[in-house]
Amino acid sequence: MSGGLYSMDQRNFDQTLDLKKVKPYGDTMNDGKTQLSFTLPVPCNDEAIEAAKQLMKKMGFENPQVVYYKELTEGFTFFNCYGSCTHMVDYTAINVPKVESTVMDMKETDEFIKENIGRKIVVVGASTGTDAHTVGIDAIMNMKGYAGHYGLERYEMIDAYNLGSQVPNEEFIAKAIELNADALLISQTVTQKDVHIKNLTELVEMLEAEGLRDKIILACGGPRISHELAKELGYDAGFGMNTYADDVASFIAQEMSKRVENSK
Amino acid sequence: MKNSKLGLDFKKVEAAKRISGSIAAEVQKFVDNYTTVAVERTLCRLIGIDGVDSNDVPLPNIVVDQIHSAGVLGQGVLFYLGNAIIETGLNPQQIAEKISKNEIDITKQKINPVLQIHKAIEPYVHACIERIKSNVEKRNGYLNNLGEGSKPYLYVIVATGNIYEDVIQAQAAARQGADIIAVIRTTGQSLLDYVPYGATTEGFGGTYATQENFRIMRKALDEVGEEVGRYIRLCNYCSGLCMPEIAAIGALERLDVMLNDALYGILFRDINPQRTIVDQYFSRIINGFAGVIINTGEDNYLTTADAFEQAHTVLASDLINEQLALFAGMPEEQMGLGHAFEMNPELENGFLYELAQAQMTREIFPKAPLKYMPPTKFMTGNIFKGQIQNALFNEISIWTGQGIQLLGMITEAVHTPFMSDRYLAIENAKYIFNNLKNIGDEVEFKENGIIQKRAKTVLDDTYDLLSEIEKEGLFEALEKGIFADIKRSKTGGKGLDGVTAKSENYYNPFILLMKGENK
Repeated sequence: MSGGLYSMDQRNFDQTLDLKKVKPYGDTMNDGKTQLSFTLPVPCNDEAIEAAKQLMKKMGFENPQVVYYKELTEGFTFFNCYGSCTHMVDYTAINVPKVESTVMDMKETDEFIKENIGRKIVVVGASTGTDAHTVGIDAIMNMKGYAGHYGLERYEMIDAYNLGSQVPNEEFIAKAIELNADALLISQTVTQKDVHIKNLTELVEMLEAEGLRDKIILACGGPRISHELAKELGYDAGFGMNTYADDVASFIAQEMSKRVENSK
Repeated sequence: MKNSKLGLDFKKVEAAKRISGSIAAEVQKFVDNYTTVAVERTLCRLIGIDGVDSNDVPLPNIVVDQIHSAGVLGQGVLFYLGNAIIETGLNPQQIAEKISKNEIDITKQKINPVLQIHKAIEPYVHACIERIKSNVEKRNGYLNNLGEGSKPYLYVIVATGNIYEDVIQAQAAARQGADIIAVIRTTGQSLLDYVPYGATTEGFGGTYATQENFRIMRKALDEVGEEVGRYIRLCNYCSGLCMPEIAAIGALERLDVMLNDALYGILFRDINPQRTIVDQYFSRIINGFAGVIINTGEDNYLTTADAFEQAHTVLASDLINEQLALFAGMPEEQMGLGHAFEMNPELENGFLYELAQAQMTREIFPKAPLKYMPPTKFMTGNIFKGQIQNALFNEISIWTGQGIQLLGMITEAVHTPFMSDRYLAIENAKYIFNNLKNIGDEVEFKENGIIQKRAKTVLDDTYDLLSEIEKEGLFEALEKGIFADIKRSKTGGKGLDGVTAKSENYYNPFILLMKGENK
């Protein structure tokens, strides 16, 4: 355990913030303090604690401390640890691709569509493949929405079709053609063994084979999906944690308007 | 019923149960006249047909497909198998093997008198009944000798995809205090129209439910149960297109708890309503007879609909599910009716509303081992807040005497649980259950306060909703999206082609034998 209520650690490091050398912040700039927990497949004894400390050193932590440990079952020991991270990153050199649209609320989006597109946008969404989770697509599409953000079904200028879960890609595309969809939303929650990647890739390939890919806006979402990943897979946008119907609707409206402009 | 802490109007509760009974009776009228491919495959399994052909097609599917493609599924598989036993002198398994090699067609044999056919099948039926009875005795023996955890039972899931890895996780959880281990099924298994065969090590988000996997896990839990001095219950998922088949293999391998809810399959897996409601009836008869506690899936409504606004749909569904289970001869003590802790954490007094709803469910179903589901919808990845959300959930449970506590995991919405997540969840629940043990006996609710009023409102809304459903019928109500804001048509969804009306020679002796034992 640490030395009581007040830390007596010497703080002989540079305490000025340098965005080229960012590291974790505990209670003092550049202290590198990090908390982590993990389980090692070894019995609970002094050697286990030493193993946890050595492992933390290899992860790049100075002064590794094991503050709690417990044998979960024979041969497996759980640790709560603290340490000072020795690594740093150059924050100024980071470039993350983002969805390039201004987030508007429902009213603004409806107005935007009326002005710039002049007709309702048809959006078809589903949780595709074997994925049985509807929570993601529901949060974006259902009338009620999620966390106070109304879903696409409530938008005046959007015709939203939520096909639910476990929709095979073939069926999804057939429905998209039938409904004359402008935009497709694919939700993926299960990501074990990268099943979502396979499924998302398959859909893009099938759309390309049908000659549909360029005619529609294609977006995917889910807790493990980033815009960067979506772009890599051939999607127009990806929506991860903490994005809502507003984000998705704004993107679709603005992207469609851009495409209308370009085709003039 | 003794005094209600909530001041519930029990006359209204009784009336609601009567209406639910008449809704269930309408459904039952339909069910009694139909069978399905899954029910017939279940009968194959019960009389000892198992195994797969060289293409890994299960023999029960091969036998039933032969009858189905000959257009005589309505006569039932036991009629033709009984007849084939007389004609060939072989047992059901041997007959199935011959069918798989295209050596015989049991629909084209000379038909013997019905009574002789029934007599030919009888020994296999009785062998099955005896095997399941001995499983029940074995469970009771364990419960008497080893004992069990106190309620609410601590229920955790394992979901590695590999049955051997599941065993390690399950035994660890039992040592930490879990009472029920549920092996989550692989994503998509509910939509398979067959039960895979053998031990499996590959699954997405869960592990295949197979008879061999059941056997492996049962043995592991018996071992660890002896070690910790507590019987450890095994749970799986008796839903989807193979609902009654899973019930059968669960009964044969002594599973203790089964998710078993047609409404859930209709709403959340888009399984055809007619198919699954017929399947559910037989599966509940088997579960009832095998002493299996069923869990219903109402908690899932609240993952799409709002827990405050839609609380009455959960109660209405619980009431209908109770009546449907009674028709299948299931004792109330085996009805793990579902509900969930899914109030928006931002809601002022959300805890009080939840407390009211949990207490209300307890008082309306006094004998049922209620299944209480943890927060999932509002779990964010902030594991520290998640631990508190799970703590509030645990407090309500011990306060209101829930039966089965599906422990919340701090990494809900992040990944399938680590071994340590389960440890932290069990530690959380044990701390709270012990520390607040008798709070329910000590604390009463203010008359006409927030809690009592909330319970009254939900009961009133439930009564109105049930009255509406009674007018239209359950299938029609489902078409209108009455539960979970989801609309399902009577002829839509998966599996309708496997439903057929029973014909004059239809024979299923298990219904009477199993229900009779329970009555």
